[in-house]
Amino acid sequence: MKRLILIIMLGLVALPTAAVELIEFDSPEQEQRFRELATELRCLVCQNQSLADSDAGLAKDLRDEVLRLMREGLSDEEIKTYLAARYGDFVLYRPPVKPATWALWFGPFVLLLIAVAALLYTIRRRSTAEELVADPDQKELDRRIEEEQP
Amino acid sequence: MNRLILILPLVGFLALSGLLYSGIGKDPSVLPSALIDRPAPDFAVPELLEPTRTVGKADWLGKPYLLNVWASWCGACQIEHQVITDIAQSGVVPVYGLNWKDERSEALRWLDHFGNPYAAIAHDPENEVGIDFGVYGAPETFLIDAQGHVRFKHVGPLTEKILNEQIIPILNEVGGG
Repeated sequence: MKRLILIIMLGLVALPTAAVELIEFDSPEQEQRFRELATELRCLVCQNQSLADSDAGLAKDLRDEVLRLMREGLSDEEIKTYLAARYGDFVLYRPPVKPATWALWFGPFVLLLIAVAALLYTIRRRSTAEELVADPDQKELDRRIEEEQP
Repeated sequence: MNRLILILPLVGFLALSGLLYSGIGKDPSVLPSALIDRPAPDFAVPELLEPTRTVGKADWLGKPYLLNVWASWCGACQIEHQVITDIAQSGVVPVYGLNWKDERSEALRWLDHFGNPYAAIAHDPENEVGIDFGVYGAPETFLIDAQGHVRFKHVGPLTEKILNEQIIPILNEVGGG
């Protein structure tokens, strides 16, 4: 008996504490869609949480709004557009690709290209330097030739 | 050519420093409004003091105005209350209120206590108007021009500095006041 009580109490401790309140969903598919959408949208008050995680009052309002729009038959894209038109792209965890976000989307690849170019340049320079080391006079000669060329 | 490549890291460092320096002093919780230069959302909701009367965008067209989002639970709203009152009394621009996510009785008590500077107050207890305006906290203040377009939004308590340096120039530009 004691063991049973202990098991029940431990089970209570492990109750999920996610911020999603009790919502009556029309179908499991709708619930699944809602949960996926809520993790794609950012809570604006607590900026590092998604709508699904946040306990803030505004996040609850926005979750209700998302559900309402879903029931009206809007697609995921339409719901995101609806919220972005009001709260800006910030509400989307995946910002759209447009000139203002190019640096965000392509910046890392540009930096990678620069790094690879710098790496190749250094490797090539080192290997030529090593070849020349065998003949110090030749190296000096090369350096002078290079200096004379503009 | 070789020397140029030598200073590249320095150039990169300076560029990064500049980028990071430009971020100093910026409040990351202040988000730009998606509504700037776009029509303000249409709404018509009960007036807070006279709930039988509806107020909304259509009633306030024709002259630029400030729409101040406030609530009785909002501490920062008390901080800006004097500035809001001064603006309303000076007549520079009419100030309307949007009472946001608030109980009517609490809101009325707040107005009794601090004074009511607003020409009219739209009551939005369920955050219906707020969501359309992209409100994510109180206080927020919108400047809406005579044609009903949002021209400026300020997040956080309004100050005289923001009034003079940001709101008044826009008012002069749109021919309001």
